Amino acid sequence: MTIKGKAYIAGIYEHPTRHAPDKSTAQLHAEVAKGAIEDAGISKDDIDGYFCAGDAPGGAWPMVDYLGLNTKKLRHVDSTETGGCSYIIHLGHAAEAIAAGKCSIALVTLAGKPRTGAMPPRAAGAEVDFESAYGATTHNAYGMCAMRHMHDYGTTSEQLAWIKVAASHHAQYNPHAMLKDVVTVEDVLNSPMISDPLHRMDCCVVSDGGGALIVTTPEIAKSLKKPLVRLIGHGEAMKGPRGGKDLDLTYSAGVWSGPRAFEEAGITPKDIKYASIYDSFTITVLMQLEDLGFCKKGEGGKFVADGNLISGVGKLPFNTDGGGLCSNHPVNRGGMTKILEAVRQLRGEAHPKVQVKNCDLAIAHGTGGLLGVRHAASTAILERV
Amino acid sequence: MSEMKKYPAPVTNPETAAFWDAAKEGKFMIKRCTACGEAHYFPRSICPFCYSDETVWEQASGEGTIYTYSLMRKSPTGPYAIGYVTLKEGPSVQTNFVDCDLEKLKIGQKVKVVFKPTDGAPLPFFTPA
Repeated sequence: MTIKGKAYIAGIYEHPTRHAPDKSTAQLHAEVAKGAIEDAGISKDDIDGYFCAGDAPGGAWPMVDYLGLNTKKLRHVDSTETGGCSYIIHLGHAAEAIAAGKCSIALVTLAGKPRTGAMPPRAAGAEVDFESAYGATTHNAYGMCAMRHMHDYGTTSEQLAWIKVAASHHAQYNPHAMLKDVVTVEDVLNSPMISDPLHRMDCCVVSDGGGALIVTTPEIAKSLKKPLVRLIGHGEAMKGPRGGKDLDLTYSAGVWSGPRAFEEAGITPKDIKYASIYDSFTITVLMQLEDLGFCKKGEGGKFVADGNLISGVGKLPFNTDGGGLCSNHPVNRGGMTKILEAVRQLRGEAHPKVQVKNCDLAIAHGTGGLLGVRHAASTAILERV
Repeated sequence: MSEMKKYPAPVTNPETAAFWDAAKEGKFMIKRCTACGEAHYFPRSICPFCYSDETVWEQASGEGTIYTYSLMRKSPTGPYAIGYVTLKEGPSVQTNFVDCDLEKLKIGQKVKVVFKPTDGAPLPFFTPA
C-alpha cells in the first residue's frame, strides 16, 4: 500500500497579510479556506475531509461549524497536532484517507495571529516538573542544537548566515514578504545575539497570516483547471531525549521522515529541483538538509555557504518565497507555507526571478516542536504531472 | 539576579513524588531499570528502553559534563543559560546553569547539581564543579 500518486494538491492559498490586528483567528482560517477553494475551482459544499491543528480555534468541530462545511458530506476529520509540521503531516494523512476512499476533497487550514494576539500555551507533557522551570524557548532550544553542531562538526556562524542571505535574496521579489532587504553574511553576524550562537537574523519573523490546501483524487484534480501537482512520497517521525540516553541534538527526526518519503517516491535527494525547508532558524535548515540526505552529516555548513541555496545561483534553490526567515511564519508554524511555495514552483507560478526552470520534483519538509527538546518532522515529495 | 529569580514549584504526582521528597533532602535521584540495567531521566515507572516495570530509585552522584547549552541574552527575569548535562551515570538531563559566569560555559565542562528553593520541593540546577 502506498499513497504515491494517489492524491493531488488542487488548490493553494497563502494569506497576504503579515499583520492582522482587525481580524479574528477563525476569520483568517475562513479567508484561507475560501482562497484555496477558489484556487482549486471547487465548491465548499464538495469538501468531505477537513484537517486542522492546534491553531484552529476550538479544534475540528467548532471549525467545521464556523466554516460552514457541508456536514451531510463531510466524512473525515484529522486534527493531528505536531506544531509547525502539522500541515505536512495533514497532507500525508489526507492522501492516506483519499487512497482509502475515506474522503475525496480535503481542506487543510492554518491561520493565526502571534503578532497581534495571544498564542495559546503549549500543553504540558509528563516532563513538565523536570523541564518547565528551565525556560526552554524556540530560540534557546535551537541554539542548543547549533552550539553542539558547531562543537561536533566545526559549523560556523558565517555558514549559518548564508542561509539567511539566500532567503533574503528570494524575499526581495516577494511583495508580501515582511523583510525584503537583501542582507549579507556580515549583517547577520552583526545582528544582536539572541540565544548563543543564534543572532537575531538567524531567527524567523513573527507574523500573522495563514494558508490552506485542497487535496483531492487524481480524477477530480484532472477535471479542474490548475496544473497538476501530486504527492508521491510522504514521511513523518518524532524524536525526543527518550530518557536521556545517547542524547544527540545534531540530528532531527528528519533522518527518519526523509528516507521514508524518498523511498515511497522512488527518488533520491539528487533528483530534487526545489526544496522548501522549514526555516524557523538557520540551524533548522542546515540540520534538515543533512538529515534529508542533501549532504552528509556535518557537511551542512559547507553545503549552504557561498549562495548554494540561492535560486539561479546555487545547486539547491530553497524557500524561494523568502521563507520564515524573511517572508512570514504564520502562527509560528512554517509547514503550510513550505507546501505552498513548493506547489507554486511545480506549477510554474513562483516569481519569475526565482522560478526554477523545469521544476518537476520538489520537497516540502518541516519540523514541529523544539528541535533541542522533543519534536516531530514530516517530509512530502511532490511531483508536477 | 539568579538569587532573585523565583522558580515554579513542582506540581508532583504519584509517579515522581519520591524524586521530590529526596530533593528536599538534597539528593538528586534517577531511575534505573533492574531488568535491562539502564538508567534514565526524567523518572518513569516503566523503563522507556525495555518496558520492564522493575525500575528502582537510585541516588545519582550529581556530577556530569555539559553536553550543550545556549545563553538566552534577554528574558523578563534576565539572562539565563539552558543546557543538557550528561550525568556520570549516563542519562542527559535538561537544566539551567547557575551561580557562575554564564559567558564562560563550555561544552565538556564538569558540573555538579545544586538545588534552588521554590514554594514547594527544591529544583535541581547545575553549576561548575
